[in-house]
Amino acid sequence: MAKGIWVFAEQREGKVKKVTYELLSSGRKIADQTGEELCAVLLGKGVAGLAEGLGEYGADKVYVAESDQLADYTTDGYTKVLADLIKDHQPSAVLLGCTITGRDLAARVAQRVGAGLMTDCTALELADGQLNFTRPIYAGKAFVKAASPEARPVMATVRPNVLSVDAPQAGRKAEVVNVPVNLAAGDIRQIIKDVVRQISTRPELTEADVIVSGGRGMKGPENFKVLEELADVLGAAVGASRAAVDAGWIAQSFQVGQTGKTVSPVLYIACGISGAIQHLAGMGSSKCIVAINKDPEANIFKVADYGIVGDLFEVVPIFAEECKKLQA
Amino acid sequence: MNIVVLLKQTFDTEAKIALDAGGQINRQGVSLIINPYDEFAVEEALRLKEKNGGEVTVVSAGPPEAQDALRQALAMGADKAVHITDPALDGADEYTAAAVLAKALEGLQCDLVLAGWRAVDDGSAQVAVRVAEILGLPQVNVVTRLEVADGKAVATRDIEGGSEVVEVPLPAVITAQKGLNEPRYPSMKGIMQAKKKPMQKLSLGDLGLDAGQAAPKVKALSYSLPSARSAGKIVPGEVAEAACELARLLREEAKII
Ligand SMILES: Cc1cc2nc3c(=O)[nH]c(=O)nc-3n(C[C@H](O)[C@H](O)[C@H](O)COP(=O)(O)OP(=O)(O)OC[C@H]3O[C@@H](n4cnc5c(N)ncnc54)[C@H](O)[C@@H]3O)c2cc1C
Ligand SMILES: Nc1ncnc2c1ncn2[C@@H]1O[C@H](COP(=O)(O)O)[C@@H](O)[C@H]1O
Repeated sequence: MAKGIWVFAEQREGKVKKVTYELLSSGRKIADQTGEELCAVLLGKGVAGLAEGLGEYGADKVYVAESDQLADYTTDGYTKVLADLIKDHQPSAVLLGCTITGRDLAARVAQRVGAGLMTDCTALELADGQLNFTRPIYAGKAFVKAASPEARPVMATVRPNVLSVDAPQAGRKAEVVNVPVNLAAGDIRQIIKDVVRQISTRPELTEADVIVSGGRGMKGPENFKVLEELADVLGAAVGASRAAVDAGWIAQSFQVGQTGKTVSPVLYIACGISGAIQHLAGMGSSKCIVAINKDPEANIFKVADYGIVGDLFEVVPIFAEECKKLQA
Repeated sequence: MNIVVLLKQTFDTEAKIALDAGGQINRQGVSLIINPYDEFAVEEALRLKEKNGGEVTVVSAGPPEAQDALRQALAMGADKAVHITDPALDGADEYTAAAVLAKALEGLQCDLVLAGWRAVDDGSAQVAVRVAEILGLPQVNVVTRLEVADGKAVATRDIEGGSEVVEVPLPAVITAQKGLNEPRYPSMKGIMQAKKKPMQKLSLGDLGLDAGQAAPKVKALSYSLPSARSAGKIVPGEVAEAACELARLLREEAKII
């Protein structure tokens, strides 16, 4: 019988993604209830040292697969290693973060091992021995609760930032299992030619606790500096509406909404954004929404917890200054 | 160069979502569109065809109305359409959709499969990847730039905090992200011509599949709507005053900064 709750321990450049700890914390609770082991699967090169931390966050066992061929994420390389492990050990559930890598990998692995996959889940529960997952559909305009009643493992990717992380237990140790990597020359068909990273000290949009977003009301690319200054005070990420992206003021990767990123920060500050249905779809699950808009009729005020009717160019700098003072 | 585009018909992004009396998503009166990401895929296919020659086939699995989405892609310039439609596909999950699409693709000679990186209805981002796996083809997801030459595809894809350039041998499955191109509108002439272009209709039986072989792995248990957000408070006062008050409220009342 399939046994074991598995978490894919996503790391990038030797740093474990926060969503991994979120999954371990939830996975721990499920494993305790079902009496199964919680295992983390760590792939990469020179990453074995990360296993310790995974134990402190709740893993009983860490499968570590290290190889030069796993230094960069490639669909083929990572799929083969993870799918082979799943076939060998038959876990009952495999959880991944719903990141770009998690999505790419989960779907391919699910098909290879004949599993169902629920993506971008925002909640999971164990009910009558079955794992049920809740996920947004229609970009957050509705939710579906779903399950994979028969096929094992059950697979799911969970949205970063929605599950809480329990405090790590210093000294808690996981059993480390080194996994041999058998990748032949032709196994990896993706050749990574180049990687371009925007150098930014700000958090990743989908992982940020606070997001400061600008829309058409920003009036031009140079004005995003106003938002960046506020973002620096709050340790926030910067986001944008599609109107700002389409105008070429900011890169597509900053777009929030139905055809952009879905975010659920603790605080979302919308500046000069009207609140179109496609934008709301991407940020409507934020815990607290603040709107700064000069049009009192703007739709964004219908969903905002706090609103200021006024010119963002006047409001934002004063607000930033005041936040700085309060935090001092 | 022969290109297949996987195309799904979805609700208009303007659509408000409601549940019907049976607790299911209400489809009544909702206007339907080509999944926006699939439109980028169609456009890219047409541009590659214009450059390299060949044929563009659009393939969709879905209810009878999905024909309209295929017809629209034909009007944009695709050459032929394949519509897989069968009552047995009700309740299909991504596994089912991929099984039937891959089966339909087996019969088509193609050098490249283009799809959207996700459908805006289920948001799964799985079907194209599953098709790639079934057919044994390499995939590159969330692509914003594509070059195809000498039996290879060189694709720029989004990664967190940046982008990467990946090369794969053809045939391959590439999924489109916004930014790849600006889709064209069908011309009047295109719309007229589309009416005469071939639209093949296939059932599961035609594909040599029975409902069991494509049975879904994932079952929906229930649907719900997000709790409606209610309007909060407009912070009163002159701009400067309101800005300071907002900071105070976020710190003392909401306790989040
Ligand atoms: C298929 C499809 C997908 C889409 N996907 C997305 C998506 O993912 N994300 C998204 O955001 N949109 C999306 N849209 C677009 C969406 O419909 C809206 O057009 C867009 O969100 C509007 O952006 P905006 O609010 O910045 O601009 P507008 O609607 O033009 O609003 C600008 C706001 O700024 C205010 N303003 C102007 N100047 C100031 C000032 N000085 N101070 C304060 N306020 C000011 C105005 O009062 C106004 O409310 C999509 C549309 C389609 C058709
Ligand atoms: N029923 C379908 N018919 C044709 N293509 C589909 C279908 N479902 C999904 N696709 C393709 O797969 C992509 C990802 O869809 P999804 O996995 O549903 O998010 C879509 O953008 C389409 O290109």
